[in-house]
Amino acid sequence: MDLFLDQFFNLDVMARALPFLLQGLWMTAKICAAVILLGLVGGFFLALGCLSPRRWLRWPAVVVTDFFRALPPLVLLIFVYSGLPFAGIQVSPFAAVVIAFFLNNSSYYGEVYRAGIESIPRGQWEAARSTGLTQAQTIGYVILPQAVRNVLPDLLSNTIEVVKLTSLASVVSLGELLYSANMARSLTYNASPIMLAALIYLVLLWPLVRLVSRFQRGLAA
Amino acid sequence: MSDRPMLEIAALQKRFGETEVLRDINLRVGQGELVFVIGPSGSGKSTMLRCCNRLEEPSGGAIMIDGRNICAGTTRDLNRMRLQVGMVFQGFNLYPHLSVLKNITLAQRKALKRDRAEAEAKAMEMLGRVGLAHKAQAWPAELSGGQQQRVAIARALALDPKVMLFDEPTSALDPELVGSVLKVMKDLRDEGMTMLVVSHEMGFAREAADRVVFMDGGVVVEEGTPEEVFGAPKTERARAFLSRVS
Ligand SMILES: Nc1ncnc2c1ncn2[C@@H]1O[C@H](COP(=O)(O)OP(=O)(O)OP(=O)(O)O)[C@@H](O)[C@H]1O
Ligand SMILES: [Mg+2]
Repeated sequence: MDLFLDQFFNLDVMARALPFLLQGLWMTAKICAAVILLGLVGGFFLALGCLSPRRWLRWPAVVVTDFFRALPPLVLLIFVYSGLPFAGIQVSPFAAVVIAFFLNNSSYYGEVYRAGIESIPRGQWEAARSTGLTQAQTIGYVILPQAVRNVLPDLLSNTIEVVKLTSLASVVSLGELLYSANMARSLTYNASPIMLAALIYLVLLWPLVRLVSRFQRGLAA
Repeated sequence: MSDRPMLEIAALQKRFGETEVLRDINLRVGQGELVFVIGPSGSGKSTMLRCCNRLEEPSGGAIMIDGRNICAGTTRDLNRMRLQVGMVFQGFNLYPHLSVLKNITLAQRKALKRDRAEAEAKAMEMLGRVGLAHKAQAWPAELSGGQQQRVAIARALALDPKVMLFDEPTSALDPELVGSVLKVMKDLRDEGMTMLVVSHEMGFAREAADRVVFMDGGVVVEEGTPEEVFGAPKTERARAFLSRVS
């Protein structure tokens, strides 16, 4: 038992690893911020494309959305980081992670937006257009606020997925939370830093997961 | 005023793919006139109204509002034209995420570029006209159907339209709420608004309509004063329809 505590919950090791892990957490936060913001914007335009009556817009948007949802994000990441150099395109680990997860995540956000926009009755569009609002104004002031409210739990779930996804960045040696924890483990010959990282993920995400459940129950009621 | 019609529909056609919904509609609504449209389900009444602000794109013909052909022109002209044509829907279509006041100020501010104080003053004036000034801060979901429809009318009126289109404005209402909406429409008429109304409220038509138009199968079958059309329909189709609804 002591051996177990010593290997997995060694407070001394954890204390020494903590500054290192906090640096990793900072990197994780930066990746999340970039991927979530870019994904929310990219997803919005993908959704508009998927819903467009113009075939030359809709068709590529649907293909892109399907493609990046079908492709495993780890494959995409390794391709961007290690595959593209064969085409003479070399990007930093951070850029590779942001590009790969932006593409993956835009597609998921896009599907959420699309469902949200489709949940708004046609009468809302017609009322807005009949009062002289432009298409963009109709989307911005009438459709999107209602659509986002309708799919808030799904947007939030997807955002939680993004945070978890960032741990994959460790495979391209980007010093985010998991990578830092693993480094600390190999330096200390002790698994406690990994446990600490897991704990940090849990503390951050648990409240969000709870929130999603609350929302979903609220919507059902 | 002048003889020139405020709304003129000339040889209007509308097809959805192969189906011809409007064949050859000709209709003139003079300034300050209330024209009342009846006809069986599927005869194209809604489609005709929706062509009048190009929510549906006509397949042929012309629609003139105050002498200007609305089927010609750029997207920008289209948005400006729509400001001149108010539309009231069967399902009210208020914006549920905005207060009553914001429902009425949104298009004033974004499409007409009125400033906030002006838009709110106008909204309050219109709410007063439909008897709902005390509901300015309410949410649409807190209102009865009749109140929602009156807010929708105020929302359209706030843009100072030249013509108002009504597509079955009372069909979704409980019977006891119909009267309040019809009263607002009657007042509007008395103030000189040009109105094209699709409805089944024959009593209202007798009382308030200048002319009644009977549509069937995508054409205007019969047209006349309420006394003429209701009292002595000339065509067999109108007779059959009126005997069914009254
Ligand atoms: N977007 C559309 N695509 C295809 N057909 C349509 C479309 N809109 C309307 N139609 C058809 O056009 C015809 C006329 O419809 P419209 O809604 O104008 O009739 P209406 O006279 O308003 O009927 P109601 O009294 O039931 O409201 C119907 O047969 C309908 O099925
Ligand atoms: Mg109809």
